[in-house]
Amino acid sequence: MQLDAKIPTGPIQDKWDSHKFNVNLVNPANKRKYEILVIGTGLAGASAAATLGELGYNVTVITFHDSPRRAHSIAAQGGINASKNYHGDGDSVFRLFYDTVKGGDYRSREGNVYRLAQVSGDIIDQCVAQGIPFAREYGGLLDNRSFGGAQVSRTFYARGQTGQQLLLGAYQALARQIKLGKVKLHARTEMLDVVIHEGRAVGAITRDLVTGEIRAHSAHAVVLATGGYANAYFLSTMAMASNVTAAWRAHRKGALFANASFTQIHPTAIPQSDDTQSKLTLMSESLRNDGRIWVPKKADEDRPPGQIPPEDRDYYLERKYPAFGNLVPRDVASRNAMTVVEEGRGVGTRKNGVYLDFAESIDRLGRAVIEERYGNLFEMYERITDENPYEVPMRIYPAPHYTMGGLWVDYNLMTTIPGLYAIGEANFSDHGANRLGASALMQGLADGYFVLPYTISDYLAPLLGTQIVPTDHPVFAEATQDVHDRVHRLLSVNGSRTVDSFHRQLGKILETHVGMSRNEQGLQKALREIPALREEYHRDVQVLGENESFNQSLEKAGRVEDFFELAELMALDALNRRESCGGHFREESQTPEGEALRNDDDYAYVAAWEFTGVDEKPNLIKEPLEFEYVALAQRSYK
Amino acid sequence: MNITLRVWRQENPDASGRFVEYDTPDIESHASFLEMLDIVNERLTEKGEEPIAFDSDCREGICGTCGLMINGLAHGPQQGTATCQLHMRKFNDGDVITIEPWRAAGFPIIRDLVVDRNSFDRIIEAGGYITVPTGSAPDANLIPVPKPAADAAMDAAACIGCGACVASCPNGAAQLFVAAKVANLNLLPQGQPERWTRVEAMVDEMEKHFGSCTNHGECEAACPKRISLDFIAMMNKDYVKAKFKNRRMAGQRG
Repeated sequence: MQLDAKIPTGPIQDKWDSHKFNVNLVNPANKRKYEILVIGTGLAGASAAATLGELGYNVTVITFHDSPRRAHSIAAQGGINASKNYHGDGDSVFRLFYDTVKGGDYRSREGNVYRLAQVSGDIIDQCVAQGIPFAREYGGLLDNRSFGGAQVSRTFYARGQTGQQLLLGAYQALARQIKLGKVKLHARTEMLDVVIHEGRAVGAITRDLVTGEIRAHSAHAVVLATGGYANAYFLSTMAMASNVTAAWRAHRKGALFANASFTQIHPTAIPQSDDTQSKLTLMSESLRNDGRIWVPKKADEDRPPGQIPPEDRDYYLERKYPAFGNLVPRDVASRNAMTVVEEGRGVGTRKNGVYLDFAESIDRLGRAVIEERYGNLFEMYERITDENPYEVPMRIYPAPHYTMGGLWVDYNLMTTIPGLYAIGEANFSDHGANRLGASALMQGLADGYFVLPYTISDYLAPLLGTQIVPTDHPVFAEATQDVHDRVHRLLSVNGSRTVDSFHRQLGKILETHVGMSRNEQGLQKALREIPALREEYHRDVQVLGENESFNQSLEKAGRVEDFFELAELMALDALNRRESCGGHFREESQTPEGEALRNDDDYAYVAAWEFTGVDEKPNLIKEPLEFEYVALAQRSYK
Repeated sequence: MNITLRVWRQENPDASGRFVEYDTPDIESHASFLEMLDIVNERLTEKGEEPIAFDSDCREGICGTCGLMINGLAHGPQQGTATCQLHMRKFNDGDVITIEPWRAAGFPIIRDLVVDRNSFDRIIEAGGYITVPTGSAPDANLIPVPKPAADAAMDAAACIGCGACVASCPNGAAQLFVAAKVANLNLLPQGQPERWTRVEAMVDEMEKHFGSCTNHGECEAACPKRISLDFIAMMNKDYVKAKFKNRRMAGQRG
């Protein structure tokens, strides 16, 4: 198979405009003749469904949440980037593009990233008009803050709840379309398979999580906006229900899955406190604006932080990276935290964290300013740890947080299955091997509001006049039966171990071997352990209850089953990439100073994998990456 | 710590529910309340008993999915805290803890501790938005918003739509939820063109699903985001004003 990313030709600043001119259009009166199925109602899904509805398409939207307002986009705290240059500090579309390509360690597509930077300003305009209460200066204009990996201030924010506010904006736009009848919503409904007919995506099979009804939906095109898969690690900052099932089912039906091992381990989560913990909680990266990260110089330090004098503290990021200091990109910050903890210099009773200290900022700015900027985060921290961060430094440690990998898509955001699109975190496209802070919200909304609604018409226009495949067609009956069989297989194992116990064990394997630091031997080991555990899962999992009821164990069982297959691909992808880049750190490939060392000659490509069967080795298909505008260089934040 | 749970179990919306007691030993005090329930569910599953159904997702107090009545209080004893952020250290060894679903006619029970809050979505659909089709917005800084107005709008917008206000209200009223969204949008310059229709449409939809407000103030006390009762006053004022406003003059200032 040859991959065609369909990047338009011409100068980078003209690619998107000329592409928009060249794509097929569907005229306004004809849009109502099309059915589009959108799966997921996070930032990408809700904004896409709302916009497609506004344009006149008939949209059906599916969410496993009880309401479209709940998706995990809501938990993003710090902000959203845009190259508005409202603060006159030298920002531009090109600089945001450049920072994003560099931040991603040169493993993303220039064309896609440039487009992302181009539409970033439109997102802010759109969201302000929707009534998002972004932070303001006293003159009434928009305020900005700085984020990791950038030397300009380009991050727009709504206190520590930016994701929530942006999601509610998209949800409200979606609600308007639901009221107008352009969008049909199915809440508490999970997609369990995509339906392919004559090589095209023609619909999906869903399960109603309340009644268990398994149902077919037919459409001209299917859009997956189903988020990332960091929950494969069990302990992550993701929401409990976040999963890979929709994307994985599409992968099994032929959609290539790209860069599966590119996961982001976020530097500022609260360290694990006990062994029965269900998830990790993130503290916004924005805290690194005013907090200083340090650990004791000595491994056997036992004084409380306030009594450790400055000469016995190691502000290791400021020491090693004077130019960016505490604002180095996430992968760099995380790996350094791991290193100092491995040296035995970790803090807290489990010695599993580093300090993030606000004492100096509080002295300089006053407590009121810090409270205004981060009050809700400090409160959240105190609720979880029972420690007051105004008085005692926070303890933080990296946690799986975001997945740059995902379904392979072309410039139109279409997967390798015609008619099947992937947007937001579910695709692999814009962040390369490491995502910069405040760029997830930007990408989700760029895809949903400003990219997909244009590009989808290119596929739909030639289908004018064709009817959707009726749901009583054998292709739907067959897919429905498959889902039915799978659900009943899980229910009939009747083993001795809970779904969570398997998931926790799988997560441990991934954390150990496919986490912040990876090596040949560990990855080989993971590739032996994962299939063995999966086999045990199929033999010994205990899923109680029945399909025809509200059954949360059954929901989890299906998701974990897919995590097993994904986990194997994550390890395989990491093994294949014998270089370090961004969040993917291969111990065999590092500079003398211990920084990630890329190998551009051999690995400047997107690794897209084709499913060939469970227990079969997937095919690797390479999409070479070409850099015309950003010179490939060793990333330096010194 | 060792505790005893009294949990509301109800197989489906039509079944009659009952309290079931669970002895729950060996819980770590830094476990969160929902992690404690996870452990109880693991133990139940291992014994072959169906686990307790409860909703949660982000577990960091922002998605609004979780919500339990704990000892008769919506989201439990800690002020300004969603159920998922409550930790066992707020309880004592030997405690008997009663756990119920949201109690409100507007939120029918689906199973055990899970309720249906779709009526909230219907209220937002009725008018909880600013009409601005994608792509039609002017440059963001063309609309200056005075900082106090932006801050107040944000105070209101912090609502997570969990429904604790309804569950804690003796009347099962949803005024605090609705007022928060009305204020979020009506306080901002961008929200002015639809200000009067919005408040009317949302209040009218609310009244189809929920009880009436009699100013008890339980909602504010239960709200995990500490949304102020002042917003209800603001909504009521806008609702009354809307009845007198000549919409053809809505473009005039002052």
